[in-house]
Amino acid sequence: MVDFAGWALPVSYPDLSHVQSHLHTRKGVSIFDVSHMLQLLIHGEDRVKFMESLIVADVAGLADNTGTLSLLTTDQGGIIDDCIVHRTTDGYLNLVCNAGCADKDLAHIMARLEAAKSSGMDVDVEIKPNHSLIAVQGPKTEGVLQGGVRDDLSKLFFNHTALVDVWGIPCRVTRCGYTGEDGVEISVPTDRTVELVEKLMAASDDVKLAGLGARDSLRLEAGLCLYGNDIDETTTPVEGTLMWTVAKRRRAARDFPGADEVMRRFKAKEGRRRVGLVVEKAPARPHYPILNLDGEVVGEVTSGSPSPCTGQNIAMGYVDIGYIKNGTPLQVQVRKKVFPATKVAMPFVPTQYYVEKK
Amino acid sequence: IRQFNTAFSATRPLSMYYTKSHEWVNVSGGLGRVGITDHAQAALGDIVYVDLPDLDAEFDVGEEVSSVESVKAVGDVALPVSGIVKAVNDALSDTPTLVNQSAEDGGWICEIELTDTSELDDLMDKAAYDAFLESE
Repeated sequence: MVDFAGWALPVSYPDLSHVQSHLHTRKGVSIFDVSHMLQLLIHGEDRVKFMESLIVADVAGLADNTGTLSLLTTDQGGIIDDCIVHRTTDGYLNLVCNAGCADKDLAHIMARLEAAKSSGMDVDVEIKPNHSLIAVQGPKTEGVLQGGVRDDLSKLFFNHTALVDVWGIPCRVTRCGYTGEDGVEISVPTDRTVELVEKLMAASDDVKLAGLGARDSLRLEAGLCLYGNDIDETTTPVEGTLMWTVAKRRRAARDFPGADEVMRRFKAKEGRRRVGLVVEKAPARPHYPILNLDGEVVGEVTSGSPSPCTGQNIAMGYVDIGYIKNGTPLQVQVRKKVFPATKVAMPFVPTQYYVEKK
Repeated sequence: IRQFNTAFSATRPLSMYYTKSHEWVNVSGGLGRVGITDHAQAALGDIVYVDLPDLDAEFDVGEEVSSVESVKAVGDVALPVSGIVKAVNDALSDTPTLVNQSAEDGGWICEIELTDTSELDDLMDKAAYDAFLESE
């Protein structure tokens, strides 16, 4: 067990090593306890307008009961946190944020809420009471979960959300996750979380518990950022290679925090960009320098790990904009030695999101 | 005589010395083989990379001679006694998991020529190391 953002979480469980758990997630089903994450409900007539005053998504344009990955930004365009927002038909917006940013996010959101209320907006924000969150990830998730659910899960597409009774337990099931695999995150009454996990594990031998070790190597293979490592308040969506989260309508309207600075950087095409790397011989780790072939420092690693699925050492980092083409040869300094590296596209392992075919 | 030798080899050789930071050195004459203990490899998990030192490099006791890397973490390997590197276990380049499989034997990291054998007095024998593990 280790301390993660003030919570006691397991790195792995006794039955599977880190690598075994990682590989299992891409074949079967892994359950991650992510109850440490911040679940917020945003109420009121003006909730969409309020949400858009905080994040870069086109919340108004979200179809009923769908959502997206988004970013909370500062007035300078820096990323406060990445989050998942869903527009429910149950009278509220659902927002899930990182545990490590919970205090910061809450302070920020509540301050903006005060101002919004003062200006007459009908909006309120609360931490979702008495609910935990578990992630169920892997290709066999739907099959296992369907056994406890009457609704047809084949209709619950990627980033769709629904209130569903799971083995009789009233839950919110959202088809999303942090592994690159098909899967769901289930918001469940805290006092019935153990019951839910036990039901899932009893449903099939393919269901295993998984911890932080596998969670990190899985998300890295999927090219997903870890806030604090790969993005922080010194990175805007431009450097973070996350402009896809800034919806077209929002770019044009420049109505999200820091929009002017973000759009200026977007057009300027300068500075550093977040990229994926494959590194030879040794794993790259956060803060290892990235060098060009002349040995000059052109960037820094922000995340890195051996990739169980590809057998390669993969990494994320920032490099000067001149080095971002796929295939660009680079080097990474690993403690006292230097090893060849190559800029590659992410994800490193193809994602398996259950996207609706149109 | 054969029976006696068999019995003797079944116990841990008296030349094995251990550090509190979970390294071992197996001394024979003026040479010592160095590695990390089974306890250390278990704590690290699946080893993916071992940083091997250069031949003829000289290190003081406690200096980092190598690092052993798992999926999740990097562990520094400090020399239990001062010495000059005379050989490295090249097998670890292709098969770093040797350290997991046989940390205190086939998973050895390097061989050194001891430059101050009196430093061995500061190390633990197997019994003391096992007791140390119990108390941790």
